[in-house]
Amino acid sequence: MSNKEKDQEQILRDVTQTDYKYGFVTDIENDMIPKGLSEETVRLISAKKNEPEWMLEFRLKAYQQFLKMEMPKWAHLNIPEIDLQEVIYYSAPKEKKEVKSLDEVDPELLATFEKLGISLDEQKRLSGIAVDAVIDSVSVKTTFKETLGEMGIIFCSFSEAIKDHPDLIKKYLGAVVPPSDNYFAALNSAVFSDGSFCYIPKGVRCPMELSTYFRINAANTGQFERTLIVADDESYVSYLEGCTAPQRDENQLHAAIVEIIVEKEAEVKYSTVQNWYPGDKNGVGGIYNFVTKRGICRGESSKISWTQVETGSAVTWKYPSCILKGDNSVGEFYSVAVTNNHQQADTGSKMIHIGKNSKSTIISKGISAGFSQNSYRGLVKVLKGAKESRNYSQCDSLLLGDKCGAHTFPYLEVDNRSAIVEHEATTSKISEDQIFYCNQRGIKTEDAIGLIVNGYAKEVLNKLPMEFAVEAQKLLQVSLEGSVG
Amino acid sequence: MIIKEEIKNIVSEFEALHSGQFASVVAATPAFLKNIYNQSIAKFKSIGLPNRKNENYKYLDIANLFTKNYEKAITPTQVKVDINDIFKCDVPELDTNAIIILNGFYFSPDGNKINTLPSGAVVGSLSQAIIDYPELVEKYLNKSAEKSDEGLVALNSAFIQDGVFIYVPKDAKLEKPLQIIHLMMESKSIMAQHRNLFVFEEGSEGKVVICDHSLSPSEFLTNSVSEIFAAENAKIEVVRMQNEHNSSKQLTNTFIDQQKDSDVIINTLTLHGGTVRNNLFVNLNDEGCQNRAYGLNLTDRNQQVDNYVYINHAKPNCHSTQLYKGVLDDEAKGAFSGRIFVAPDAQKTEAFQNNNTMLLTDDAQMRSKPQLEIYADDVKCSHGSTSGQLDEDALFYMKARGIGDKEARMLLMFAFAHEIISKISVEPLFERVNNLVEKRLRGEMSRCNNCMMACDTNQKNN
Repeated sequence: MSNKEKDQEQILRDVTQTDYKYGFVTDIENDMIPKGLSEETVRLISAKKNEPEWMLEFRLKAYQQFLKMEMPKWAHLNIPEIDLQEVIYYSAPKEKKEVKSLDEVDPELLATFEKLGISLDEQKRLSGIAVDAVIDSVSVKTTFKETLGEMGIIFCSFSEAIKDHPDLIKKYLGAVVPPSDNYFAALNSAVFSDGSFCYIPKGVRCPMELSTYFRINAANTGQFERTLIVADDESYVSYLEGCTAPQRDENQLHAAIVEIIVEKEAEVKYSTVQNWYPGDKNGVGGIYNFVTKRGICRGESSKISWTQVETGSAVTWKYPSCILKGDNSVGEFYSVAVTNNHQQADTGSKMIHIGKNSKSTIISKGISAGFSQNSYRGLVKVLKGAKESRNYSQCDSLLLGDKCGAHTFPYLEVDNRSAIVEHEATTSKISEDQIFYCNQRGIKTEDAIGLIVNGYAKEVLNKLPMEFAVEAQKLLQVSLEGSVG
Repeated sequence: MIIKEEIKNIVSEFEALHSGQFASVVAATPAFLKNIYNQSIAKFKSIGLPNRKNENYKYLDIANLFTKNYEKAITPTQVKVDINDIFKCDVPELDTNAIIILNGFYFSPDGNKINTLPSGAVVGSLSQAIIDYPELVEKYLNKSAEKSDEGLVALNSAFIQDGVFIYVPKDAKLEKPLQIIHLMMESKSIMAQHRNLFVFEEGSEGKVVICDHSLSPSEFLTNSVSEIFAAENAKIEVVRMQNEHNSSKQLTNTFIDQQKDSDVIINTLTLHGGTVRNNLFVNLNDEGCQNRAYGLNLTDRNQQVDNYVYINHAKPNCHSTQLYKGVLDDEAKGAFSGRIFVAPDAQKTEAFQNNNTMLLTDDAQMRSKPQLEIYADDVKCSHGSTSGQLDEDALFYMKARGIGDKEARMLLMFAFAHEIISKISVEPLFERVNNLVEKRLRGEMSRCNNCMMACDTNQKNN
């Protein structure tokens, strides 16, 4: 083995031994219900949250749907049987009383957010992000509520929205992802505990980035949250989502739903940095991440843009989609998915063109290292009426090491002649020439790989809001740097 | 969509045929073939037929094709008239050794069922080869197909009777292209399942032209399997021209098994056919293999063409290219599904896959699934798929130079199809297909116009 190879081996080892930095557990008193799933569980969750009758009905209906469904098997994933009866479906940080200001919040909780780097703290107001933090599936604190309220923007936890804005929730809940959509959507609809709700009124441009942080804390719990974003005519919002979890030996379940409704000439930009605990380097533990994300461009010239950086989770099953119903509507999907060690990801996007002249772009960059499997799966469907619509998809895979896999499974369905649909994909590795070029200019192999990977993912990272882009870049470095063999 | 119960019924019907009428055929065969029969029928029973829940058959309901009551052709058709009177190859200048397969059975006007060509190659009926060359047939028959978990393949293997057998010995070269003409001719609706076995030994070379025709307007269902074995350094070119009528259903399964440094080209031209499904399975078993798979379909009316390609890069240093193109007119439906599989350690693999489709009407539909499944890192793999219409800029360019709109469109379409046609190395065939496609694109000769069968009206009356 040459020196260079040895170096690279060493770097690979260093990287795979990098600890998951969010793997701490916070000792917060939790209010949990017994594990197991039954109609009783659904009723109990609804009762715990003091929900109105219609909400319980929604849940029970979804539960009935769920009973008829089977776990989907088509993904390129190897998932051991998940025993849904072993999961705790509701776990909330114990609330002693109504919290009026940050001083009254449990200091342990604050410390948790401190560690996560979430700007719950007043002094971080300068960073200008409104945060709704969801810990173990219950929203604990929403910042900047008043400021946003002045503009008519509603940004609150889902439970609050059910209490305070029942009409909006009734109108939009399940409008894009009906409970019968798929196995995990049905499960979520039955047992979801909390989430975020956001409504941007007509003509309002949201002045700051809205953000949700998800964290699973208690052991054996599943997290089932829901996000619902409604952007009325000519409005704009940029929404961020971040996720972390403690290090545990057993697998934990996360099955979320995100629904976005965009009206005429409105725009929603949804960015995710997903960093759930991926399991250790032998593939033990980690989060099972089954997420249904879908948005509908209802009005003319509306736009949805999904950006995701996926570095965590033992298993990812996620296809953020756009239904382009309005004429001239635009759907975008930018993704970087990184898998290392024994992680598995099956992710991609769906673009359904219904409106005339609708346009969509899919840029997906997969990076696999270690023993991981990384798949892109996407659907572009152009209906007969979607005249002059246009899609461009590009899916690149980068393989770091010879024990991992990179796969591409696009589905293209075109039903009219004026549509132009293009798909391109390549698979490659970092070439020795590229590394040599950097080495020759005094850049260490490790830095060179970081540089190349970042350059490779740049097209997507550029789409992230500034605050996230920095974090995402660091994440990429941690997950990958140097893991070329 | 067909329900599982119906598939069960179809399966048990075939089972009954196998243990009933077909039992006498089984009884008269050598032990190795009996094994194949027994294994395959058991396999077919456990797999059944694919329905649309199967990801590879998402866009074509195979089981549905079997619901019509076809008579299963398990005895050779007796023809009273000379077949040469009815059928004339429309490429008269094509100089080949021709073989006719009628309704799934070898048809020889002179009663000679197997021949040895001057080059030493053995060409003839598979059923005769089972008798004359049992060791050879035993060594190769079903060896590639048995690894497949396709219900259609198991079904064919359970009823192997006849087809074409080609054996090209070491370093031999076929002096002329071999032409295999698959004919369907019967007044009833029948189902045929022929089986072809081509063995090319080390360093041998040859070209095979396969033509699929239907000669009478009845509904036909064919489910054929061809196994092609290419030993070290063998060079093979296979051109398949599919030209059946609108109420025929044609399912083809082709297996190509390649050894070290072998080179295989397969070109599938689907000019006509009611429902066509072509499955192609390529195994690159050793280093240095090269495989090129091309396909072109010109599809109109209610026709449906579905191409499926699976390339298995099992060993390092192999190259594969797939290029499939289609022009869809009227209410035609097209589908392409390709998968490149690169096994762990199959380093230095180069694999490229491309599917381009042109839709001429808003009622035409195209489904495309180019797929990569890669487990090795030092590879160059890419795939692409496009679907759309003619390039407006190119049209404008030509119009600006005084070429009329219609002519310019024609030229562009012809150029689009030409990329596939130009891969045919059999000169007269290339010329002929070239003309055929040009006429077809000009709309001068929709095949149906001067065809006596009028199967469209026939279909409506049914």
